[in-house]
Formats: sequence, C-alpha cells, structure tokens
Amino acid sequence: MTDNNRGIGEAVVRREDSRFLQGRGQYTDDMNLAGQLFACIVRSQHAHATINSIDGSAAMAMDGVVSVLTHEDFAAYGGVPCGWGVNNKDGSPMAEPKHPILAEGVARHVGDPVAVVIAESPIIARNAAEHVQVSYSELPAVVSMQQALDASAKPIHGDTESNLCFDWELGDREAVDQAIAGAHHVTKLELINNRLVPNAMEPRCAIGDYNSATGDHTLYTTSQNPHVIRLLMGAFVLQIPEHKLRVVSPDVGGGFGSKIYHYAEEAIVTVAAMKLGKPVKWTSDRTEAFISDAHGRDHITTVELALDREGNFLALRESTHANMGAYLSTFAPAVPTYLHSTLLAGQYRTPVIYAEVKAVFTNTVVVDAYRGAGRPEASYLVERVVETAAREMGIDPVELRRKNFIKSFPHDTPVALTYDSGDYAATLDQAMIASDYAGFEARRAEAKQRGKLRGIGIACYVEACGVAPSNIAGALGARAGLYEAATIRVNPTGSISVLTGSHSHGQGHETTFSQLVADKLGIDYDSIDVVHGDTNRIPFGMGTYGSRSLAVGGTAIVNAVDKIIAKGKKIAAHLLEASEADIEFENGEFRVAGTDKMKPFAEIALTAYVPHNFPLEELEPGLEETAFYDPKNFTFPAGTYVCEVEIDPDTGTTEIVSFHASDDFGRIINPMIVEGQVHGGLVQGIGQALLEGCVYDTDSGQLISGSYMDYTMPRADDVPSFSVDTCVTECTHNPLGVKGCGEAGAIGAPPAVMNAIIDALSDYNVRHLDMPATPNKIWSIIHKASAAAA
Amino acid sequence: MSVSVVMTVNGEVVAKHVEDRTLLVEFLREHLRLTGTHVGCDTSQCGACVVHANGKSLKSCTALAVQMDGAEITTIEGLANGDVLHPMQEAFRQNHGLQCGFCTPGMVMSAVDLVNENPDPSETEIREWLEGNICRCTGYHNIVKSISAGAKAMREGDPT
Repeated sequence: MTDNNRGIGEAVVRREDSRFLQGRGQYTDDMNLAGQLFACIVRSQHAHATINSIDGSAAMAMDGVVSVLTHEDFAAYGGVPCGWGVNNKDGSPMAEPKHPILAEGVARHVGDPVAVVIAESPIIARNAAEHVQVSYSELPAVVSMQQALDASAKPIHGDTESNLCFDWELGDREAVDQAIAGAHHVTKLELINNRLVPNAMEPRCAIGDYNSATGDHTLYTTSQNPHVIRLLMGAFVLQIPEHKLRVVSPDVGGGFGSKIYHYAEEAIVTVAAMKLGKPVKWTSDRTEAFISDAHGRDHITTVELALDREGNFLALRESTHANMGAYLSTFAPAVPTYLHSTLLAGQYRTPVIYAEVKAVFTNTVVVDAYRGAGRPEASYLVERVVETAAREMGIDPVELRRKNFIKSFPHDTPVALTYDSGDYAATLDQAMIASDYAGFEARRAEAKQRGKLRGIGIACYVEACGVAPSNIAGALGARAGLYEAATIRVNPTGSISVLTGSHSHGQGHETTFSQLVADKLGIDYDSIDVVHGDTNRIPFGMGTYGSRSLAVGGTAIVNAVDKIIAKGKKIAAHLLEASEADIEFENGEFRVAGTDKMKPFAEIALTAYVPHNFPLEELEPGLEETAFYDPKNFTFPAGTYVCEVEIDPDTGTTEIVSFHASDDFGRIINPMIVEGQVHGGLVQGIGQALLEGCVYDTDSGQLISGSYMDYTMPRADDVPSFSVDTCVTECTHNPLGVKGCGEAGAIGAPPAVMNAIIDALSDYNVRHLDMPATPNKIWSIIHKASAAAA
Repeated sequence: MSVSVVMTVNGEVVAKHVEDRTLLVEFLREHLRLTGTHVGCDTSQCGACVVHANGKSLKSCTALAVQMDGAEITTIEGLANGDVLHPMQEAFRQNHGLQCGFCTPGMVMSAVDLVNENPDPSETEIREWLEGNICRCTGYHNIVKSISAGAKAMREGDPT
C-alpha cells in the first residue's frame, strides 16, 4: 500500500534521530576492538625544518609503549596521492611533489606527522610521544603566497622548481582584454577569500585491523566516501588489493569536505595494525584537527567587470592566487579551477570571461574543498564586483542584476558550463517580497534614530552540484569516476534494503532515500532500510560531497528501482497469464491494464525467491538490481539571499537582524531536511563573513588560530533565525528533477553579508572590506572617518 | 595513582578504580562505555560532553572522575524513560534539531538544564544559554526551535 504520508515531498521526521538523541549512534571513536592499541602522532612544531634525527628509544623504554614508527617504516609504501591533475597554460602538468605518509627528512608545516608512538593506552601513547626526540634544523618558512612566489624564496619541495604548483587559465583572454579596454566602465576589486578551518564537530578517527589468518585489512574511519579511501589507500599507497581491504565509515559527525580526503593517519593505523598484529586506533583531538585537517578557501583575487553605459555586462576577468598548503590534498587542484572559475558567469549573461589561477605551495596545512569548494569563492567575487559596479555607476544593485540575468535555458556560459534550467527572476522576486526590500529605507531611518547603522545586501548565486560526467571530468584531470551506485535488494518477504554508495554524515539519507523508494514502489516506508558506509556491504560508490547525494546517488537508486519494477512486471505477467506489455505498476500493485487482475509487490517478491511458479527458462530467480548512474551534466541550484545588518558604531559590532534565502533546488524530497541544510550552510557562510579566519604567523608559520579559544566558531547568539523559501525549476537531466542543497547557504551568504555591511557603512566611503568583518576592522573604519571629519 | 570512585550514573551505582587523572568524560566513555557523551574539543568550548551532575549541566571534560565521587550523574543515555523519549529529545526529533548528531547529546542535556532553571526561555535566552555548545551542522535555527518546543512540552507534561 502506498505510504502517502512518507513519500516524495513530505517533511518526514528523520529515522536517524532516535539513535542520535539517545546516545546510541556509533561514531568511529565509540568503537573499541579487542586488544586494541593506541597511536599518538608526533607532529612537527616547526613550519619548515630539516629532520636530522628521530630517537624513539626513551619513548620505547616507557611501560606500555609497543612501537615507535618513523618514515623508514613506511619506505616501502607510496605517498598520499592527489586525485585531480591540473595543467598549466602551456599544457604541461602541474608540479606534484611527493607527499610522504610520515615526513621524510623535511617537515613542511606545523602539524606535519613525523613519528608515531603506539602504546597500550591513549595516555601512555601521548606521554611517550613527548619523549620522542626529534632533532630539527629550522628552515625559512614561506607562509604567505606572496612570500612563496618571491624570487628569493626557495622551493619548499626538493622535487619542484618553485613554489608554483600550476598556472592555469580558462576562457578567451584576448576577447576579454578587448572588451575591458573598450568598456564604458570597469570596476576592479582586489579581495581575499579568507582561509577557513572546516571544524566538523567530530574530530577524525581511524582504527586499523588486520586478520593475519585471512590477510584481510579493515579500516574504520571518519570518511565521507569509504570506497574512495579504499581505492586511494589500497591501490596507490599501501598496495593492498581492494578485495583484501574493507573500509567502514559508520556514523560520521559532520564532514563539510574535510572528511573526503585520504589522510596519512588512515595509512598509519592500517600499516601499524599489520606490523603489530593488533588493532590500532588513532583519535584526533581538536588541536590536532586544526593542524592536520585540510583547510578551505584562501584565495587572493583581482577581479574586473566591464560594463556598457546602460549597465550591460561586457566581460569579467579574474586573476587568483590559491593556496594549496604544503602538499596536494586529494581534490585540491580542482577547487580553485574547475569548481571555481567555471562559475564566474554567476546568474548573468556576461559574454566573455577569462580566469587565470596560480596555485601556490606554502608551509601551511593542506587546503582542499570545504563546503562549497570553489563556488563560494566564485560567488563572492562575482557578487562583490557586481555590487560595487552598481554603486559606482549609480544603478540600483537589484536592477543591475536583473538586467543581466540569464533568462533562457539551456544557457552556455563562456566558462565551459551549460546551465540546464533556472528562473533567476523568480527567486529574486520572492526574496524581494519576503525580505520587504522595498521597506528597507524606513528601517534604516528608524535604526539611525537608535544610533545604529543599518544596511541591506543581496547576493544572487548559482552553483554546480554533482560533478559530471565522468568522461569530461576525466578530460579535465579527475583521476576517478564521478558516478554513483545503488543496489535495491528486495527480500523474499517484500522488505527492502537500499545499498547506496552515498554516505550520510548528517544529511539524513536513511530518511530521504527511504522516502524515495517508498514513493517509487508504493510500499511501506518502514519496510525499507538504507545501508551505507561499508565497502563490504555496498556497491562501489563515490560517496558524498559536492551536494551530489540526491542528484547522483538518488538517481542511481531510482534507476535500480526501475529495474526491479521491470523484472517484477515479467514475473507478474507470468503469474497473471498476461502479456508483459499489458502489466502496469502503480501503488505497489502489478495489474493487467484495464482489469482487476492484480498481484501485490510482496507476492512478486516471494515468487522471485520461491520460484515454484516462475518462468525459469526466461528469467533468473531473485529480485535484486544494481544501477550505476553517471550524470550527463552538473545540476545548477541558484537563489537570492537578502541580509540586513545593524552595526553599532561605538563598538564596530555587526548584528544580522534578518536574513532571507530563496533557493531553487529543483524538486524537493524532504523539505524539512532541505531547510536544515540551508540553515547550516548559511551559518557557515555568515561565519566566514563575520567571525572565522585562519591566521598564521607570517614569520614563524605557527597557526595562531589553533583552538576554539582563538578561532571564532559561530555560536547560537551570533546568528538570527532565518526566513527560507524555495522556487522550483526542475533539473532537466535527472529523472527526479533534483539539484542539490547542501552547500548553497555557504555559497550565497558571504557576499550577501558583506554587501549589507558595505551598505551600512555607506556614509564612510568604504568601497571594500575583507572578510571576516570583525568589530575591530569596522570600528577602525568608522573611527578613522570620524577622526578625519573632526 | 589509582583511586576508587563510586557514583550513581543513570540511576545505577557504579564503583571503579581509575587513574587519578581520569576525566569524567573518559570515565563515562571508556570505563562505563557510555559513548553517547562526546568529545569535540580540548578547550572546554564545544559542549559535546555536557552531562548532568547532581541535576546541573556540567562539561564532563572539565571534571575529574574523582571529583564526582558520590555524585549523581545523568548522561544522554539516561534521559529517556525506557522507549519513551524525554520531551526535549522528542522536541529535537520533531523539529529537526540535529543533523550529524555529534553535538546533540550535549545540546539536549544543556537544554534540559536551561528549562529546569527557566521554564519559559525566550529565543534570546536560549541563544545565550547555548554559548557553551557549538553545532556546525544546523545553524542553530532548529535547535532553538526544538528547545522552545521542548520547554513547552516540559512545562505541560511530566518531564520524566
């Protein structure tokens, strides 16, 4: 019977929550294996140093210490691989220095793993790590990208010519140069997209286990994509055949990109478990997370927008430096290139665009995808430069955007993408009404009477989800496929196991995917279970990142369900003695069209597994189907965000007094979960705009913002409640019409907030302000202006 | 040095010998295997480890197990009444007040203590109370909504 209340479009309460709310989730650190040992990693306290010697004898002499491992113990293995190669302007490949599991003679950032102590308890391991004597000779550190590219700077890697990783370009340079040279107006901005630390609340953890009887390895790890880890670590690092390596990612406490990558610690515990014959567990503490999890953003950009007299966009030119950190993390090269510059058209018809991106090695933690991954940086520079152009030309910023909107689809941008669908005016109009944009000046005047500076800012973002298709991504440097896999296993009594390659670390897949299958098969939601996160239980899947789970993973599920229905029709035709072409499937029933002859889904399932009356000569028994789905294109969610702020001129403090988001995510399966994703993304975006900034000391390379005492995480009293709404244009190339919602908030919020702040400071002649817009920065602007006026 | 500790955890008396430096959160997670209480930082900022000690919320990373000798501790595992969720847990479930679930035990325990102190908190009071609990997933919107709803349910019914 159809589960009308828990199908597509219903705000079904999450089935995951019951276990999480009672402390019954199982995160990696909640597991202890029998006989388990504990690893503590000795990390470099220097940003750049030669390692002269490592003496583990004092540590080894301590009670309970089992082993001290250094680079030599990993000499037989490969380094941590990079999963995306980018070419230089001249077609030559990027510099790709070796990334050893443990530092090999040189430490290249504070936190670079140097040695590993393995002991019988975590505290013994930690104490013993203090007794590992590492002799370092400090080397000059290049901390900023400017330092790294200075002619006098030495390459931080012995196997590269300089600290330039690649110098890449996209678009028609000549056409853009000409358009800019002949334009009525050119707005130029220099801006920084501040470096962020992802800070999933669950610190990373990994447990290696080795069965010497079978030669099977198991890695339990906090990953967003266990099969990707199995492939990267098995094939490229440790040379473990994939059939002998199982990777399990159980409940994972948030990822935001930082748990996509294969990290050295995963290889360390896997090797240690094999060497020592006992399970080995490593759990990061927060301090360690700050200096070992991949960071995000960190771009320095010059952007120019050329306009004609009427405000039509003529061209956009971007020149960006992107920090890679000390090594290349898994997807790092793709982030400032194919996930970034391809989005520079935004929602606009800009006819020509050119981008050049220089990626730079520095003595800092690796930088890779963090919620939005390249698109927040694109949205930020586009929406900041459009806003600035509107102010310079005296055109209403809303009308300037509207005038330049892409209005017909499909639309080919000059930066390689084809937007399949959208209605940018619809989300803009909805946001204008919901935020009472028209009534703003009255609110500004009222705030002024209270001594507050009130400003309003909008941002119209577009983003690209579900990187695809694999052959194009491959041509652009991806070293993996970007499909997703799903198996629908119908059990003999009609219940269903959905085995998905997607991975949920907060997104609620167990609920959404069950809704999807319940709706498609017309069966009870409670008879469906979703299995994910274990390479031994699920088909080879690529995991969850880039807001791909529903658009790519959900489509794989739908395609597998379609195969189940197709086979079910054959079985039903046999049982009902009808032609297969006459069988219709609806609401969980196989019916001979136009008759009351019918077989329920459960009977078809049972027949498939008890095939006594079954067309065995034509059909295999059983009812289980797998689909691999490789999308034809990205999906393109888009929307308009409106932020209103009030600044206290006495303290420089910004309060977000209202925030409205209008998004187009295509068709929505569970609106409650989608709203939650938007809220979370918005606060990460607001955090970037107002609070968060990863700061290194530019001389020593020490991470200054290395704890929650120093790195400002958004807290409940930093943000408001939100107004969110959606408009729907369906994606045209997946059967669900879905687009993806996971990153939108973090992509659209930063420019909306910053545009509002610039608007609030309009009396102070501020053209641009870099994020985070801290009270100190704002107070200084106001104070200097006041002092100058006095 | 090993010391003996006796306390009541979720209504059961437990007696253990532990290293004197053992934190309450380690005691709960590793000695009692109550892994619902989480560790999200090392500076007592994130609040993932909040439990109740003698009825008041406490970051269990800030206390040694020995300091809690004789105390009554309630963890997230002890909040529900059998299969019936505490009204605050139910409110989080109904209002999508959690995503990855990692900060959730601390949020719920902190929220229950708030409502015990202030049965009808305003949005501002809820947000200020949560100063010591960090969530990276929800943007707090639905946590605030959950706590409002949970407070109402606790006012109206038996908080079990």
